[in-house]
Amino acid sequence: MLISMNWISDFVDLSGQDLPALIQRFTLSTAEVEETFQMGQDLRDVVSGKILSVENHPNSKKLHLLKVDGGDKIYDVVCGAPNVREGLVVPFVKEGGMVAGQEIACVKIAGYESHGMCCSEKELGISADHSGLMELPDHTPIGKDITELYAIRDTVFEVDNKSLTNRPDLWGHYGIAREFAALTGQPLKPLETVALEAFDSLDPIDIQVEDKELCFRYTGLKVRNIAKKVSPVDMRIRLFYCGSRAINLLADLTNYLMLEMGQPMHAFDCAKVDSIRVKRFAQPFSFTTLDGIERKVDENTLMICSKDQPVAIAGIMGGLDSEIEDNTDSLLLESANFDAASVRKSSTRLGLRTDASMRYEKTLDPEMTVPAIGRFIKLLQDIDPQAQVVSRLTDVYVKHYPAVELKFDQAYVDRYTGIEISGERILATLRALGFGAELSGNVFTVSVPSWRATKDVTINADIIEEITRVYGYDNFAVSTTLSPLYPQKKSLQNKTDNFAKDILVQTFQLHEVHSYIWTDAKKCRELGIQPGENVRLVNAQTPDHSVLRRNMGPAMLSFVNENRSFASDFGLFEIGRVCEGLEEDGLCRERKKLGIALYSRSQTEKELYFRLLDMIGTLGRSIKRVNFSFAGCQPEYAWQHPKNTAEISAGGEKLGWLCALHPSVAGKIDRKAAIVCAQLDMDSLAELPAAGMAYREPSRFPGIDIDLSLLVPDGMRYADMEPAWREAGAALAGVSLIDAFAQNGKKSLTLRFAFSSNEKTLSKEEVQPMVDGIVEKLAGQGVSLRG
Amino acid sequence: MKGKIESLRQAFEAELGQTATSEAVEKLRVAYLGKKGSVTELLKGLKGAGADQKKELGQHINQLKRQVEERLAQQVETIKAAEIQREIDAAEVYDVTLPTGGESGSYHPITIVQRQLEEIFASMGFIVEDFKEIVTDYECFEAVNIPKDHPARDMQDTYYLENGQLLKTHTSAAQNAILRKYGAPVRAIFPGRCFRNEATDASHENTFFQMEGIMVDKNISISNLIYFMKTMLSQVFERDVKVRLRPGFFPFVEPGFELDISCLICGGEGCSTCHHSGWVELCPCGMIHPNVLKAGGVDPEEYTGFAFGLGLTRLVMMKYGVKDIRDLNSGNLKALSQFRHE
Repeated sequence: MLISMNWISDFVDLSGQDLPALIQRFTLSTAEVEETFQMGQDLRDVVSGKILSVENHPNSKKLHLLKVDGGDKIYDVVCGAPNVREGLVVPFVKEGGMVAGQEIACVKIAGYESHGMCCSEKELGISADHSGLMELPDHTPIGKDITELYAIRDTVFEVDNKSLTNRPDLWGHYGIAREFAALTGQPLKPLETVALEAFDSLDPIDIQVEDKELCFRYTGLKVRNIAKKVSPVDMRIRLFYCGSRAINLLADLTNYLMLEMGQPMHAFDCAKVDSIRVKRFAQPFSFTTLDGIERKVDENTLMICSKDQPVAIAGIMGGLDSEIEDNTDSLLLESANFDAASVRKSSTRLGLRTDASMRYEKTLDPEMTVPAIGRFIKLLQDIDPQAQVVSRLTDVYVKHYPAVELKFDQAYVDRYTGIEISGERILATLRALGFGAELSGNVFTVSVPSWRATKDVTINADIIEEITRVYGYDNFAVSTTLSPLYPQKKSLQNKTDNFAKDILVQTFQLHEVHSYIWTDAKKCRELGIQPGENVRLVNAQTPDHSVLRRNMGPAMLSFVNENRSFASDFGLFEIGRVCEGLEEDGLCRERKKLGIALYSRSQTEKELYFRLLDMIGTLGRSIKRVNFSFAGCQPEYAWQHPKNTAEISAGGEKLGWLCALHPSVAGKIDRKAAIVCAQLDMDSLAELPAAGMAYREPSRFPGIDIDLSLLVPDGMRYADMEPAWREAGAALAGVSLIDAFAQNGKKSLTLRFAFSSNEKTLSKEEVQPMVDGIVEKLAGQGVSLRG
Repeated sequence: MKGKIESLRQAFEAELGQTATSEAVEKLRVAYLGKKGSVTELLKGLKGAGADQKKELGQHINQLKRQVEERLAQQVETIKAAEIQREIDAAEVYDVTLPTGGESGSYHPITIVQRQLEEIFASMGFIVEDFKEIVTDYECFEAVNIPKDHPARDMQDTYYLENGQLLKTHTSAAQNAILRKYGAPVRAIFPGRCFRNEATDASHENTFFQMEGIMVDKNISISNLIYFMKTMLSQVFERDVKVRLRPGFFPFVEPGFELDISCLICGGEGCSTCHHSGWVELCPCGMIHPNVLKAGGVDPEEYTGFAFGLGLTRLVMMKYGVKDIRDLNSGNLKALSQFRHE
């Protein structure tokens, strides 16, 4: 919103104030100022000049040769404007003067020297009108500086609308002026209005609010005999500086009132609207708004009607048919208050956001409707004394907000601020902002003014803000708390995540990535992955992003696919969240998962598969001192390898899976590379109890290692052989794999059995029976010694 | 006999001078000191001599024996040294300037900055909490004083799920759970991923990270809030950061503030980054709204507290000069692999 400091100065005396500093203060105490503009600073030597004579330019059909009285002398000027005529008074830049930041020098135009320039309003920077010269009234004194004749010089600033969302009172200059009054300690001048009781003897308007839910107040007045059509220059300048466009006197006045008081108003042509009904329609219908667009209006939208004919969308925009036109001489003035949420929702549904709806959305003060009409009539009659009020003020007041009164003591303020702000200062601040404030003993009693009481200020903490923002946060002491310290704990999940990340990045050189919580169906299709069903978003930006992901696999594989040119070998991972469908209570089963994918053009799929297995095993051993169990299993997803998919578990609890890819998917990504993928449930891992760390004295006696080379039948897994030595005896300290290869279709494994004792040095003879026992059990499973 | 000893000494010295390998030296040792060695033979030859002669000659022979032993040992040392020297001379000089694999993993930059913040806050006594991404309407809005008709709840900002839940739009959605879990007093930070339903471009993402913090105790004041924010941000940016508060409206705090820091690029002089104001808007904060405390089971008459929400994603972009926010969720390793732990 644009704010004119000239306008503000109508209500608060800012003479002698450093305006830029004051505007900065406004940012720190009220709302964010985005930019400040100095208007009219780029004008120099622009005066009221009278065109004494007009001659046709001998070399041009459009140009004229003028003699212009600039007050000090007569200037020869070449001018191309269409509305030049003898006797016209115009803004005139003397030679050497400046408009729009450009110096006007003596130039030759089509062979004739021009010693100055007559200006349009656009050239002066006071409107967008460039259709011809600005015409000043005939009685304007000649040679007067234009900035003395009109309020062209102004400081205008733009407030960030977002920072005003909670302040319905700041959507007009008068409310902003109240802030400046409080910040400077200057009094706020009352708004000059016409006393409307004077019209009480006239007939009322027929106004009926049928929808008492959405319309809180509707106030109307009729005026006729309006002769003036064009707004005064200074009014038009203010409108233009504040982002509005001058149209005609009545339209300008409603806009002016809205910019001044924040109260949207609507002027209906009395010839077209003479009674008011406020209601919703049962059926959707078409309605043409005054911007000429035909819109679908539904049954939730509040309408203003004349009898049964809709004439305006309440709080948003009037209709084309009832618009005031340039020849309108009588009007029905609306000053109303509507439900904020309803206006916002209607405005969203219609895709039509207006200056009026923007204000209504903020929950305006319904007390404002009557003074706004008083002010409108005052301004109208100042401009057009013939204008005549022809109805009594008709006011249907449906919903009053309750008065808000708050009580608190000095200690309450001190506790919130951490500094001492005196009682007098608190009272002065609140009163300057329009609050009623009394201090009795130690207790403040504060009554909230109506313009802050619609939603903005309801509790004591709100008053703290009023006191502290005007006091200035820059004036606060910066101090630490006196709270005792307590030992703080890191959440278990957080610790586990960080541990896992460190291992993956530092030990295994993986790269951490982030993907989205929804499945990317398009990317899945490209890889031949069936995205699968899951909980859906109801308002995804594209249907391809509307299903929540159930596992991390597809996202990791897409990233692998997109990074093939990054390196010949790489791995990536993400600790992210997935939704595993719904729980019994209807809420999503959200789990935190680690997803890993490895890609290699130098290793075989098998090598890569075991590298991944090793990584996951390392996580278990490092984080929980637990050896994970791996067991081949049926794939859960169609993109996993039918044979090489394995379940990861610990203590019987399933923690995740690892897999090679189904050849059809692997082929889509890269035929020449190996790709493997895994997922681990980080929530379960965090909760998994860590294995103990009981200390055992190391044996002081040397042990004996026995290597056995075994021929293993097809299909037999290491895990199947393990029972053969599970009960071999306490002296068997460990078994490790030394070598594995395939020979003539038979798998060959070399295992090292380490025997040791805490009591003595074992002899080969003592160990041999245990070895024999193992060999015998293995033989029973078809495993034979090699060679 | 003496002459014999002397000539044997000379013969030994001559032969010793010829030895070039440990094996040759060993052979020599056997030839002189072995069971049938020359020196041993000499000693044997003493048997027939008289007692006086025996004593004198015995001393001479033993002296020769010791000398031979010493000289042999010396020669072994010399030869070993020469062998090692030869090994050194023959050794390859390793070129340490050859490029090595140098492969290294990478952390997501969010992880890096998040960890730094966690460390700072942990050092100030804050608990680090984790929170889910799919939340209820109550957690995201109701519990943090965002009433039914508030624009923040409109469809255009929030991703709703078909089961009525939603993707959390801000980390404040965890406030209620944390207040309930720990009660007052509490100091906690809770980093997390948030979602807003908006079109993406270089500076807008629908998925981004925030980090929220709360501190609740008796007599927590605005002065304390300024202190903690200033201290924490000075740690984050590793320099003395100036902060200022402006009024800002957020339903879950009252009073609410926008916190600005002095521009890190120009130091507050004014530049294009800070739109010539010298200040950069960094994070919303404020005194926790009494309704939020109440909803969390904390008595607002007894306790006050402050809350702040740091844009973690934004901090990352500021810290590393990431220009396009979309790079962070792109999985593009050419970009992401550059972020090593600090």
